[in-house]
Amino acid sequence: MKFKALTAIAALVVAPGLALAQADDDNLVINGEIEAVTKTAAPAHMEDTGVDTIMSGWHFRSDETQALQMDDFDNPGMIFVDLGIEQWNKVEGEAGNSCASCHEGPESMEGVRAVYPKWNEDAGEVRTLAHQINACRTENMEAEPYKYTGGQMANMEALISSKSRGMPVNVAIDGPVAEVWERGKELYYTRTGQLELSCANCHEDNYGNMIRADHLSQGQINGFPTYRLKNAKLNTSHARFKGCVRDTRAETFTPGGPEFIALELYVASRGNGLSVEGPSVRN
Amino acid sequence: MASGVRPRVKVPKSASAGDVITIKCLISHPMESGQRKDSDGNVIPQSIINNFTCSFNGETVVNIEMKAAISTNPYFEFDAMVPEAGEFEFVWDDDDGSTYTDTKAISIG
Amino acid sequence: MELTRRETLAVGGAALLVAGLPMPAMASAVDDQINAFTGGADVAEGGIDLIAPEIAENGNTVPIEVSADGAASILVLAAGNPTPGVGTFNFGPMAGESRAKTRIRLAGTQDVVAVAKMADGSFARTSKNVKVTIGGCGG
Repeated sequence: MKFKALTAIAALVVAPGLALAQADDDNLVINGEIEAVTKTAAPAHMEDTGVDTIMSGWHFRSDETQALQMDDFDNPGMIFVDLGIEQWNKVEGEAGNSCASCHEGPESMEGVRAVYPKWNEDAGEVRTLAHQINACRTENMEAEPYKYTGGQMANMEALISSKSRGMPVNVAIDGPVAEVWERGKELYYTRTGQLELSCANCHEDNYGNMIRADHLSQGQINGFPTYRLKNAKLNTSHARFKGCVRDTRAETFTPGGPEFIALELYVASRGNGLSVEGPSVRN
Repeated sequence: MASGVRPRVKVPKSASAGDVITIKCLISHPMESGQRKDSDGNVIPQSIINNFTCSFNGETVVNIEMKAAISTNPYFEFDAMVPEAGEFEFVWDDDDGSTYTDTKAISIG
Repeated sequence: MELTRRETLAVGGAALLVAGLPMPAMASAVDDQINAFTGGADVAEGGIDLIAPEIAENGNTVPIEVSADGAASILVLAAGNPTPGVGTFNFGPMAGESRAKTRIRLAGTQDVVAVAKMADGSFARTSKNVKVTIGGCGG
């Protein structure tokens, strides 16, 4: 039944020392003041998954990488928050507005990251934070939208996320979003690509194990956008989804498209209770 | 100049005379190493920040000659003496001739 | 020109030999840079600290710290990189300590070398092997 995927995973997973293979028990305190919840009981909807504790990807990184996120002057992602502040205050578009024209300071965004993706009643759709940013740009500013996974979008998401750091992720999964959430859940468990791997094969069945020399996390997105040492820039969640699906050797879905919106809602809901960490630092 | 270059510097706002303080600075820069190739197989020429200097009231704290092995978005942390109130100046020199600067004042008290 | 399999292997082998040549050349590049820094003076082991992770999670961003009490400057080299230069830290009169942290690129598992020029004109060196791991699925 699961034979092919198990073979694939057996080929991928090596265990250089079991001591390394578990998530660690360190505590994440940012700037000596924001105490982040990085391990907590799984939300009720995960009852059947076998995962009883949800964990931030921070626990799966080396001490050196973890330290980078504990101080805003060590965290390279904070440069991009600064760039986001410049964008926030910049008037663009026909309407002569900046973000600040309606929202005043970025502090007004406190709590926003924690509840996205969420239902937009006027539009009658589930909106990601990135979609809401672009809706503001096109409708209220009459400006060009940002590229969905581009640098300016990542900067703005990082700025908005930084105002919710330490607050628990709390996305709604019922009511009008239920249908999209179910679709996201289905995608999470759907195998893709020549390797026939679903999100769950790595991030639910094998978190804590090694995939070659890398430590598999639970694939939580509470830390996005995340500064990756690998490419030395901020990465958005949809860009990361795309990378993961590509690595199963599949044609990927489109960032910002309906599949990844649904997947983001579902994956975000698996982190309900963890603190918002964006911009986080990962390898 | 490389686009979007932005310095970020942390200096305490005040210190006691004679204190040694720790300074952290980060600047956004691709630090193109000269080792990479573009999609056509051509080598992308090196383009880095090649020098960084921090001075206090005109006297050098640290000068760093930088090579291509310094990571993207260069980060430095070092220690400075603060004998008196004054101003730290930070200067980054880009291969392309641009310089990026920042200053931070520190008071005694 | 058409090559048989045997010929192809022979050409490949020759290419490997040529490709192998830069290795000793690299070693001398490290020595050359140290000599340029010291002016050929004797270099003692110890008296300088280099902190680097034993295993770097990603070679693109490896945190290191160098310090040597009273050093005027510290040269840092990555012996296994295509070009070994990392940087030279020159401490001025306003430096609190001869210490600095930065983040560096390592092309693979290799020795990081640090050489300090002390205030009295003597030199001290140390090195540390850093293992660079290869990431997971490439994503």
